[in-house]
Amino acid sequence: MDWILWIEWIVKGFVLCMLLLAGFAYLTLYERRALARIQVRVGPNRAGPQGVLQPIADAVKLIFKEELTPAKAYKAIFLMAPILTVVPSLIIAAVIPLGSSFTLFGRVIHLYVADINVGVLYLTSIASIAVYGIVLAGWSSNNKYAMLGGLRSSAQMISYELSLGLCFVIAILLGDSMNLNEIVAAQKDMWFAVVQPAGALAFLIVTLAEVNRAPFDMPEAEQELTAGYHAEYSGMKFALFFMAEYQKMIVISMIAATLFFGGYREFWFLQDTIFSVDRYWFLGPIYLFLKVVVLLFFMIWVRATWPRIRYDRLMAFGWKVLLPLTLFLAFITAVGILLQQQYPLMVSLWIFNIPVYIAIIPFLSAAIALVAVALIYRELRRKSHGRI
Amino acid sequence: MGVFDPIIELSRGLGETLRSFWREPTVTVQYPEEKRTVRPRFRGRHVLKRYENGLEKCIGCSLCAAACPADAIFVEASENTDEARFSPGERYASTYEINMLRCIYCGFCEDACPTEAIVLGDNYELSFTDRRQAIYDKDMLLEPVPMAEMLTPRKVEPGLFTRSVPQMKDPRD
Repeated sequence: MDWILWIEWIVKGFVLCMLLLAGFAYLTLYERRALARIQVRVGPNRAGPQGVLQPIADAVKLIFKEELTPAKAYKAIFLMAPILTVVPSLIIAAVIPLGSSFTLFGRVIHLYVADINVGVLYLTSIASIAVYGIVLAGWSSNNKYAMLGGLRSSAQMISYELSLGLCFVIAILLGDSMNLNEIVAAQKDMWFAVVQPAGALAFLIVTLAEVNRAPFDMPEAEQELTAGYHAEYSGMKFALFFMAEYQKMIVISMIAATLFFGGYREFWFLQDTIFSVDRYWFLGPIYLFLKVVVLLFFMIWVRATWPRIRYDRLMAFGWKVLLPLTLFLAFITAVGILLQQQYPLMVSLWIFNIPVYIAIIPFLSAAIALVAVALIYRELRRKSHGRI
Repeated sequence: MGVFDPIIELSRGLGETLRSFWREPTVTVQYPEEKRTVRPRFRGRHVLKRYENGLEKCIGCSLCAAACPADAIFVEASENTDEARFSPGERYASTYEINMLRCIYCGFCEDACPTEAIVLGDNYELSFTDRRQAIYDKDMLLEPVPMAEMLTPRKVEPGLFTRSVPQMKDPRD
């Protein structure tokens, strides 16, 4: 093992962590400004020009706040829970490729921290660890609101993880690999969001539930649970939960971009122009950043628009709608790919050579998604005030 | 009502919020830089008024202090002389203090005043860092004068200002 490699890893890991921390700070500002605009307000614009120093002011305030530990809390777990929440949200980004590669002092530097051949499995496993922090925080606070928040969150995250896994399966099937670099490379000619639009949409919905964002922010429903699992936390410990939530938003947007929206690659129709990542390596992180910004705006936009859904409906939606739907989508994708491999049928249309069975996938998926919507609608009509 | 209603309704919601994203101007008033004008009958900080000749309207009758439901006003009266005249008539307020922490800005003092000396103005930016500062004395409450010769106390011709309460028409509104 070459010692420069160690330095390279340490530097890349450090830079990635710093990027996520800075991203968290500015995501809070981004969200506050965007929400304010949607509500026809201005938002924080006092600290620095256009409020750019607001995150620093917030951080200083949180550091100097008094930290309280409830007398009857389980101290060790109470202290450990925020750390258990933050660490997965930081390390999950390790496998996500941020760009292609460049040469520095004769060394080829790849813009990812780890090249794991089962990168998608790494994502799912680390995403599952995050729930421990929340559950332990709720339990160790010795407070019934926090406890309920933790319980809700565990039930919700475990339920939606199944659909999340199936969405991962769609990307794995289309990319023919579990390595995120290869999945990105497979989207060179066509984003998976185009091949499987219903899958991409389902993924976006599931990620909202996975990061506990509105309209699925049950664990911290202010009206019912005061603040949910972090009701007893204050000061920097609360800031860690806050940090974890926002970092998870960033990371899950990066994952969504990587799996369905071409990762660090440009739009597929720009691949032979000067806007291509193959031409200039530094365009990779820029493209990924833009995609993340757009996906984050979607999350904020949804939060500003839709009310929180009821808890039983949340569970019903996860188990009775999303799980079968994503299962069908994975099935359709698998069958389409298999048929194309067995009977390579191509149709020439204008200048494109279209593989027929692959081309059927998006339409069939959209049809299945519409059937799901129709079933929800029928259920809502039948018992207009009941459960879906 | 159709099968696609759930999708249509959800998208309409998203469209509505996106439209308001671009809406100008915002409802925010950038407070210290731009201020809203107060309403005509706004009740803000008190002002002790003067006549046009600079004499104080307040005659130290303590009716405001009697009317005050919060007991925020303290008045002490002294005798006017023609050598050192503060207000028309016999007496003037030598001490006039309002405790702004007790005051509820009800305007009863304004109603009770026989000479229209005390008026609730339009200043709402009151702030103090300790309780002593909350007691506004006569110097802070009195209206400033345009010219130095209009300052009180001043020497006047004897027998000119004998009437404490000016002759006023009955109020209309």
